[in-house]
Amino acid sequence: MEKEVKLMKGNEVIAHAAIRYGCDGYFGYPITPQSEVMETLMELKPWESTGMVVLQAESEISSINMVYGGAAAGKRVMTSSSSPGISLMAEGLSYLAGAELPCLVVNCQRGGPGLGTIQPSQGDYFQACKGGGHGDYKLIVFAPNSVQEMHDHVFEAFDLAFKYRNPAMILADGAIGQMMEKVVLAPQRPRKTDAEIAAECRTWAACGKPADRARNVVTSLELQSEKMEIINHRLQEKYRALEENEVRYEAIDCDDADYVIVAFGSSARICSATVEMARAEGLKVGLLRPITLYPFPTKQIAELAARGVKGFLSAELNAGQMVEDVRLAVGGKAPVEHCGRQGGMLFAPDEVLAALKDKLIKK
Amino acid sequence: MAKIKGTIVVDKERCKGCGVCVASCPCDVLALSAEVNSKGYPAARMANPEACTGCASCAVICPDSCITVYRQKFE
Amino acid sequence: MAEVEIKQENLVYAKPRLILDNVMHYCPGCSHGTVHKLVAEVIDELGLAERTVGVSPVGCAVFAYNYIDIDWVEAAHGRALAVATALKRLRPDQMVFTYQGDGDLSAIGTAESIHAAARGENVVAIYINNAIYGMTGGQMAPTTLVGMKTATTPYGRDPRLNGYPYKIAEMMAHLEGATYITRQSVHKPANVRKCKAAIKKAFQRAMEGKGFSLVEVVSTCNSGWKLSPVASNEWLEQHMLPFYPLGDIKEVK
Repeated sequence: MEKEVKLMKGNEVIAHAAIRYGCDGYFGYPITPQSEVMETLMELKPWESTGMVVLQAESEISSINMVYGGAAAGKRVMTSSSSPGISLMAEGLSYLAGAELPCLVVNCQRGGPGLGTIQPSQGDYFQACKGGGHGDYKLIVFAPNSVQEMHDHVFEAFDLAFKYRNPAMILADGAIGQMMEKVVLAPQRPRKTDAEIAAECRTWAACGKPADRARNVVTSLELQSEKMEIINHRLQEKYRALEENEVRYEAIDCDDADYVIVAFGSSARICSATVEMARAEGLKVGLLRPITLYPFPTKQIAELAARGVKGFLSAELNAGQMVEDVRLAVGGKAPVEHCGRQGGMLFAPDEVLAALKDKLIKK
Repeated sequence: MAKIKGTIVVDKERCKGCGVCVASCPCDVLALSAEVNSKGYPAARMANPEACTGCASCAVICPDSCITVYRQKFE
Repeated sequence: MAEVEIKQENLVYAKPRLILDNVMHYCPGCSHGTVHKLVAEVIDELGLAERTVGVSPVGCAVFAYNYIDIDWVEAAHGRALAVATALKRLRPDQMVFTYQGDGDLSAIGTAESIHAAARGENVVAIYINNAIYGMTGGQMAPTTLVGMKTATTPYGRDPRLNGYPYKIAEMMAHLEGATYITRQSVHKPANVRKCKAAIKKAFQRAMEGKGFSLVEVVSTCNSGWKLSPVASNEWLEQHMLPFYPLGDIKEVK
């Protein structure tokens, strides 16, 4: 398949990107607002073109454990869900990280908590960026703000997942999942062969033990505390390397900004209009958009604070989650405030501007 | 007339003295030792070796793969 | 009287090639060790040593991966058949099996187990049913018999409080995707041999793409049951087998 330009929904593009990336398997369960991911895969029938496995599982618990199995064999596997389904996957994500397995999980966030609403939200920031499950681990988290980024992040997230042997998440929301935009689809990459995987993942993948190596055991169990601590140290080194090398962000009008809005995903789209409105009024406002939420652009925000930015507004569709990481990065050098909506409501650009004036400029 | 005889070798250190082999032997060949191994288990031993036919019932049922069985035909 | 010569040509039985030298952590007399041997022998005899992946449970057999010399994946509690589903779908050329206890397969893993069977995944589930949760200290399992004493039923299982044990093997037999369902034991040498034949048939069927197999092995837990290993085997015959009868429950040709 060649490079193509198409108009499609965010959810649909996840399916197209996965196939073009050379994904080996998708295992998922329907939940609004992301069921189009699996529906599109089923319509495209990649098992006939690339040999990709697409399987509807009986629950999100089963889905993430199928992903764990595929990842254990060194395969490029993924799932997608929305907030309540992601909660069910918490155990599996912890096991994937503990066993150092690569995979991709897409969360199309909806309003919560509980069964919540099917409208978009950003209420899963804590869940995504602080691990989501038990124990000391992190997910690599991408936050797309367009259909194009939904596509691009499938490639980047899988690559990073394999580079660091860690699960990766695309933290989208129902708005991005449902919106239709022009997207450039990358050309088809070939899937890795079983022989290539056996060679590349020789030291760890459970893919049939040949006579010339010891058996590989994929596990996250280590009952001896001394050894478990060493394993944890190794995981933490991995996270330090991610924080050092893999931060992605976009800075709009920040160079001379007096006030900076920090926002991701759908919220960032709205806030880029806020920046334009502010500038039109003569206010020097900028937008710092984290593209990776983990690793977080802590250094970039700290530099802005050191440079003399007078206030930061974390604009997110939740009750205040990313604001804590912004506050940590700013380190007390400037006030940090939050503005947000919950329950599936979105704010409008002028609402954010009003909050900025009210909470930061007037003070 | 040909006679089939058997003998076994028990890995005494691997044996946990569970006694299941003793109960499984159809010829009452086996018993647990009076002494214990380094882990404190009384290993299985041939108390009545002449009766062994090499049927391997003991080895087949042993959970720890402690028993190796040999069988020979004597004319 | 002539003595039997200890030499290769007289060898009748030895530790299976794929059983590693590691001393097994299982209690003396535990059925796990015996079943592990059978799995190791079957894999070797079918020539599958280089293309088998085992999925180990949470339970005493979590460490099965230390005893059989193949690649293994440790699954979260109950999830082994979901893990196995992906392993087999992504590598249909490989032999994939799970090894699970009664809590793993028929309590927390009930959904994953039923659905893997319903989908007819070409894998084998080895189901160790000893009517108790051994690893965690002997609590009630879904297979605990009425009246049986465990750590969470110290006065005996009362159906008014804890309901009745259930037989997942018979339940799975109703599923079209489940094509070989059998119940075996390893409490006597003859049963050990039959159990091996059942495991071998199941593994062959999986490699031939004939659907899902369940090999239930009615087993002992002498620590949980608080009996000696020999007495446990007797108790199994007297109390377990009447409720969990041995034999083939289903075999689709």
